[in-house]
Amino acid sequence: MGMGETDRPGGAPPDRDALPGVAAGRDRPWSRHRARHRRGRGGERPMVPKAEFTSYYGRPVIKRPVWNSLDIAGYLFLGGLAGASSVLGAGADLTGRPTLARGAKVGAAGALGLAAVALVHDLGRPARFLNMLRVVKPSSPMSVGSWLLAAYGPLAAGAAASSVTGWLPRAGRLATLGAAATGPLVAAYTAALISDTAVPAWHEAYREMPFVFVGSAATAAGGLGLLVARAPENGPACGFAAAGAATELTAVRLLKRRLGVVGEPYETGRSGRLLRAAETLSAAGLGCALLGRRSRALSALSGAALLAGSAASRFGIFEAGLVSADDPKYTVLPQRDRLRGAAGAAR
Amino acid sequence: MAECHPVGFQWVMAAKARGAKVVHIDPRFTRTSALADLHVPLLAGSDIAFLGGIVNYVLQEEKYFKEYVLAYTNAATIISEDFQDTEDLDGVFSGLDERYRHYDFHSWRYEGMDVSQPTGEQDQEYEERTRRGASTREAARGEAHGSGGAGASGDLRTDDTLRHPRCVFQVLKRHFSRYTPEMVERICGIPRETFREVCELVTANSGRERTTAFVYSVGWTQHTIGVQYIRTASILQALLGNIGRPGGGILALRGHASIQGSTDIPTLFNILPGYIPMPHAHQNQDLDAFIKAEGADKGYWGNMRSYLVSLLKAWWGEAATADNDFCFDYLPRLTGSHSTYETVHAQLDGTCKGYFLLGENPAVGSANGRQQRLGMAALDWLVVRDFSLIESATWWQDGPEIETGELRTEDIATEVFFLPAAAHTEKSGSFTNTQRLLQWRTQAVEPPGDARSDLWFIHRLGRLIRDKLRDPGYRDRMGLDADGRGAERDRPVLDLTWDYPTVGDNGEPDAEAVLAEINGRSADGTPLSSYEQLNGDGSTSCGCWIYCGVYADGVNQADRRKPAAEQDWVALEWGWAWPANRRIIYNRASADPDGRPWSERKALIRWDAAQGTWVGPDVPDFKATKPPDFRPEPDATGPDALGGTDAFIMQADGKAWLYAPAGLVDGPLPTHYEPQESPFDNPLYGQRRNPARQLIPEDKEPFQPSGEAPGAEVFPYVTTTYRLTEHHTAGGMSRWLPYLAELQPEFFCEISPELARERGLDHLGWATIVSARAAIEARVLVTERMTPITVHGRRVHQIGLPYHWGRNGISVGDSANDLAHMALDPNTHIQEVKALACDIRPGRRPRGPALRELLDAYRRRAGITYETGREM
Amino acid sequence: MTATADPAADPAADPAVDPSGESGYSDHPPRMGFFTDTSVCIGCKACEVACKEWNAIPEDGLDLTGMSYDNTVGLGASTWRHVAFVEQRRPLAGPDPGASSAAADLDVDVLELAAQADEGPGRPGELRWLMSSDVCKHCTHAACLDVCPTGSLFRTEFGTVVVQEDICNGCGYCVPACPYGVIDRRADDGRAWKCTLCYDRIGDGLEPACAQACPTDSIQFGPLDELRERAAGRVRTLHAAGVDDARLYGADPGDGVGGAGAFFLLLDEPEVYGLPPDPVVTTRDLPAMWRRVAVAAAGLLGAAAVACMTGRNGTGTGGR
Ligand SMILES: Nc1nc2c(c(=O)[nH]1)N[C@H]1C(S)=C(S)[C@@H](COP(=O)(O)OP(=O)(O)OC[C@H]3O[C@@H](n4cnc5c(=O)[nH]c(N)nc54)[C@H](O)[C@@H]3O)O[C@H]1N2
Ligand SMILES: Nc1nc2c(c(=O)[nH]1)N[C@H]1C(S)=C(S)[C@@H](COP(=O)(O)OP(=O)(O)OC[C@H]3O[C@@H](n4cnc5c(=O)[nH]c(N)nc54)[C@H](O)[C@@H]3O)O[C@H]1N2
Ligand code: SF4
Ligand code: SF4
Ligand code: SF4
Ligand code: SF4
Ligand code: SF4
Ligand SMILES: [Mo]
Repeated sequence: MGMGETDRPGGAPPDRDALPGVAAGRDRPWSRHRARHRRGRGGERPMVPKAEFTSYYGRPVIKRPVWNSLDIAGYLFLGGLAGASSVLGAGADLTGRPTLARGAKVGAAGALGLAAVALVHDLGRPARFLNMLRVVKPSSPMSVGSWLLAAYGPLAAGAAASSVTGWLPRAGRLATLGAAATGPLVAAYTAALISDTAVPAWHEAYREMPFVFVGSAATAAGGLGLLVARAPENGPACGFAAAGAATELTAVRLLKRRLGVVGEPYETGRSGRLLRAAETLSAAGLGCALLGRRSRALSALSGAALLAGSAASRFGIFEAGLVSADDPKYTVLPQRDRLRGAAGAAR
Repeated sequence: MAECHPVGFQWVMAAKARGAKVVHIDPRFTRTSALADLHVPLLAGSDIAFLGGIVNYVLQEEKYFKEYVLAYTNAATIISEDFQDTEDLDGVFSGLDERYRHYDFHSWRYEGMDVSQPTGEQDQEYEERTRRGASTREAARGEAHGSGGAGASGDLRTDDTLRHPRCVFQVLKRHFSRYTPEMVERICGIPRETFREVCELVTANSGRERTTAFVYSVGWTQHTIGVQYIRTASILQALLGNIGRPGGGILALRGHASIQGSTDIPTLFNILPGYIPMPHAHQNQDLDAFIKAEGADKGYWGNMRSYLVSLLKAWWGEAATADNDFCFDYLPRLTGSHSTYETVHAQLDGTCKGYFLLGENPAVGSANGRQQRLGMAALDWLVVRDFSLIESATWWQDGPEIETGELRTEDIATEVFFLPAAAHTEKSGSFTNTQRLLQWRTQAVEPPGDARSDLWFIHRLGRLIRDKLRDPGYRDRMGLDADGRGAERDRPVLDLTWDYPTVGDNGEPDAEAVLAEINGRSADGTPLSSYEQLNGDGSTSCGCWIYCGVYADGVNQADRRKPAAEQDWVALEWGWAWPANRRIIYNRASADPDGRPWSERKALIRWDAAQGTWVGPDVPDFKATKPPDFRPEPDATGPDALGGTDAFIMQADGKAWLYAPAGLVDGPLPTHYEPQESPFDNPLYGQRRNPARQLIPEDKEPFQPSGEAPGAEVFPYVTTTYRLTEHHTAGGMSRWLPYLAELQPEFFCEISPELARERGLDHLGWATIVSARAAIEARVLVTERMTPITVHGRRVHQIGLPYHWGRNGISVGDSANDLAHMALDPNTHIQEVKALACDIRPGRRPRGPALRELLDAYRRRAGITYETGREM
Repeated sequence: MTATADPAADPAADPAVDPSGESGYSDHPPRMGFFTDTSVCIGCKACEVACKEWNAIPEDGLDLTGMSYDNTVGLGASTWRHVAFVEQRRPLAGPDPGASSAAADLDVDVLELAAQADEGPGRPGELRWLMSSDVCKHCTHAACLDVCPTGSLFRTEFGTVVVQEDICNGCGYCVPACPYGVIDRRADDGRAWKCTLCYDRIGDGLEPACAQACPTDSIQFGPLDELRERAAGRVRTLHAAGVDDARLYGADPGDGVGGAGAFFLLLDEPEVYGLPPDPVVTTRDLPAMWRRVAVAAAGLLGAAAVACMTGRNGTGTGGR
């Protein structure tokens, strides 16, 4: 309420410090019936606070991510696939497995291309991506990611182009190495990307998430390798996938255990089902790969299962984040616990 | 108040911050209750019982402010032997004419005094013509005293010991003795302890050192006995010494931004500017006879001639001369009540053929929406000036009656004109607020397109009409001279001063020029500075005597904006308040009879004997040099007849009226009656309803049975209508605005969880609310803010209905007013929309003809006939 | 291309909060903010409307929500001030909900009320209707600003946090980053919007529109340190008057966001009003995240290396 048109920064408002209404102040000091309204200060308090909480009509406290699931969960998957494939491709190169190398490199470039499409689709207009490159902000995983992609994209593309066409082999090799150096970061930074939000299921999981993500990336890249490489060359793909799947499974287990109530969405509902499917697919894919290593068909099948497992895992994690954002209890309860802990510590 | 006057509520919060206690009396728990120290829910329509209970407490426990009461009220005055109280007559006062449901109040007068109730009683024939004056009474003379009281003259007898059985004090004591805490509990549903708490709060906070203020608005007025609600509060405040003193008073929070202004310079049928009564169609009543009948000998109404002649000079200028009674004959004459509700029936019976709606949406905002719309459908022409296509402009194509098939567009002969109006931001002018404060605003933007101000419209319309009346060809074509009186008949229009300078590209009349005319001028054209300067000889002109001084020194005093920090707390240099820029009216009462403030804490003005003048931050009430011990000459008249302790300067006896010997048409004292439609009988008396309430005689819509009458149980719930902060009145100014519409997007009803269960209503589901007039549907809001209360030993549910909705705009819904009836307060003609009885049922209402069938079924079940509810 | 400031420093380590200074303003005006004293809010929503008028914000939906008188639901891209309405019936005696779990509150869930049983007359407790006007907190350590990849969100010389709509590319990152659920993307243009603390007014010496419209001074605008002082006094006054529930929210520079530029006096637990009880700027953990990302990335490289090496040894059946 203006006192004239100028502001009055700091000037104490005149006489506005009224007491609130009816029930806010518990006593009516003028009243003969005061005793009736006085409440027992320092009286009994429930010793163990119930795990209940209040909310504002059940409305979420934070905003759910506005990202389109298909685009962004898809991007998480594709980015991981690309980054890890670049590493695998380089390794295959260095260890003389040309089909695996070529397949992985092309796969990386392809996945990257699709990832770019997904990103731009979510932004609405391609030109908007350029705004990402206005600034460098280490505090923004998305900024870091953009620069990473800016660096990694041409390398991965170059590596793939060279390996397909055979042109500029030297540059191709350099590109391959460069992509392999940046690829892991591309695969891993997305963990920071989603953890660096207020979304409880993501943020609280920031310790494990990078391992879940690289694990999942390796699973996917391995799967792709199994799909594209000749059987004699697919050993590393199989090993990579195995390592990835093992890492992912372990990390997810740890995560769920550590998160407690906030971890619920990883186990229940659609997100829980997706993650269970991911586990099953990865395990099945892996088993299949190990058993059917010599069979091109079986390898391909297992590769597809691993890819699907990785994708399901990303979609599951994405979905779990949305669920945890929508239900205020995932925001409020951990914070309440934290406060209680702090209060306890202070006492 | 927080709901409807949120900006003003900041001062309540400021008072709270300084320790004030806020008590909120309302059937519902509202935003005001949320900030109040105590919320007291009560049955809608029961406040007289509640306030009467406090009056009784004050009298029984002797909590009144004795010195104040003796000095400044009529407590000691002795009343005529003829007076009989409700105590004697089972709920009615002496003088009741049961047939016409109206009072002759001669028996109410003071002993030894002819209280001239200014109604021109001397015209006997007129009395006959007007059903023994009933229609005169209906024309609301009470309202003519918006700034004062009725006249009284003669030698009044008093008893300063207050022991005379017929002195006002003793009458009061007897009258209110029935209003015990038990009775309050029974009628209002306020528990005795809570009631006592309120009594103690109010009395502890009144007296020499402290003052209590009452704030009311339409929760008190919209009843068939509304004015008497405010009378009860006036009695209480006068007893407690809370009038004319800082922090005291009874504050009427007004409605539309300048509704106070449009009462001062009225848009009402029965008064002229400055509360001068509109003359009646008496035979041979000239100016002198009118002044004699309407004026008073003593007090400021003693100068009515000066006010009226100056007004006539402002309107007819040169044409108004002493020889022609200053054109007194040009004034229109009343033949009865012409309130908005009678006008509806004049439309229905064909006597009213044309209708201007300049800033009103009666299809939604007025009681009994169906009758409003049917009335408009019977007109020849209708002009609506508004911002949007409000329901009153479109009922002929999409109104509820079109939906039920009662009206068909092709059958409606009314020619409807819609003209775009400029909004308040698009024109300059003044607002007069609740505190009688005029504040000027300058135009902020040009109106869009063809939109023009109402000032422009009326000015132009007048010019066009005058041009036509002056055009012989036109007169000839229209046969205007056929009756032989010719232009003579049109002189009132042709002689008007109608010559305002215009400003801007749109040729808008200069609003400041209008203000200057209202302020008034001396013969040589100098702006006047006070109504004390007005003369009755035609040497001054003044468009509204109480506004005289608003343009003093040729300066727009309403446009003053000296910041609070640069002046004292009374802030006389912010805007301008009528009368005479006085901020607290009757402020003489802030000092004791000797002129010393009752207490330093509550000091306002004081008599400075050394200087021989009243001093203080406010403008003193009467001539600053009138000493406290002044005794008027026996033959003095007007203000000179006021003694130095006659604080209530507008009253003919200079006293605050605990008992009103005249001026009100429904009794000299307030009495609790049940509303027109109520599930309960009146436990105080056999008389159930206000016997003098006004029922539109020709109303075609039925009333419901009440109380113990058979059929009343069909409408077992009490409903009240009200406003939400987010919308404005009939919605024309809010339902079309996205920023407001989104805040309250739909019509809803508020009910308690208990009622929801009782009637199977779901939160956010639909409910149909039924009265004898209509069935409307609303979304359901179940809230603990609505609580059933126990009255008359019975638990009753109250239903809350905000009345802002209609079918047009972006926030839409049925109109609560379709439920309401046209039983009115007889003093003010205000509809009773604050306390109705109804039924509520789950689900949406039927559509089309099935809706009328549902209503018919209800009426049959309740045994409703045309006679129902019309008994005295 | 510029590098923006406002690094994700550890807020707790820095009690002398001077966000504009940290952001590189050398000679800047005092940090400005809001103290919203909900104990005097009358729920008139003038702040909501004034904000919309001044900022020409589009209408935000015409739904009757049934959430008491709140039909705008919460802050969002097209609602930058939001007034919450909470109807409660509280016990007259018994455990103090203010000091323990909020569970002790008998919150009125209107959505359930219709189904409830009739408690009859003399129901316990008094009804209270809390109203509170929410707004962007203009955090000392603002997650939205930290994570914005384009530099669209920036720190002003007044220490406030503002979106530059011509730079925002609609990436949406700020949306889930905000621990209070304030900023949001508008569906039609895809860009993010929120309260600017009337950057276009305060620079000209005007009060923000919402504060100017507030009739009861529930919204107080001014230099943050003065507001904090005033607020502390206000809490003392209320406590002395027996309003034990009064507490400040967001006034503590030691909290998870380094203190809010717009803080509140509440009469109940924050979550009752839809506010997080202990919000933490997500970027506080970002250094740890980056460390783990680095380890994981290295792990990925290592795993690939191992896979390739061991693969070669184990399955040497292939040949050139
Ligand atoms: N936001 C907003 N402000 C407005 C308006 C608006 O439409 N919207 N309209 C303006 C106008 S025109 C006017 S006249 C004023 C009116 O201002 P108010 O009189 O404050 O308005 P209402 O809401 O109609 O009624 C006030 C209260 O009376 C209560 N009430 C009903 N019956 C009774 C009763 O029998 N006894 C008592 N004690 N209380 C009762 C209702 O529950 C309601 O809360 O507001 C003005 N201000
Ligand atoms: N049930 C129920 N009924 C009620 C009441 C209640 O409490 N309950 N309250 C009563 C009261 S107190 C009132 S005041 C009435 C109000 O009832 P109305 O006066 O019928 O309703 P409004 O919506 O205020 O109508 C005013 C119209 O004027 C238009 N307008 C605004 N400014 C201008 C202008 O400058 N020029 C022109 N030409 N038009 C303008 C607006 O757009 C609006 O459509 O309702 C009464 N009816
Ligand atoms: S609308 Fe105007 S008159 Fe009504 S409360 Fe607001 S400022 Fe006052
Ligand atoms: S409240 Fe949210 S939107 Fe506002 S500054 Fe803090 S993080 Fe940003
Ligand atoms: S949506 Fe706009 S403001 Fe938000 S983070 Fe992305 S670029 Fe920044
Ligand atoms: S400071 Fe300005 S932008 Fe922010 S909520 Fe208030 S009015 Fe809206
Ligand atoms: S303007 Fe002030 S009083 Fe009104 S709702 Fe907003 S904060 Fe509350
Ligand atoms: Mo009104």
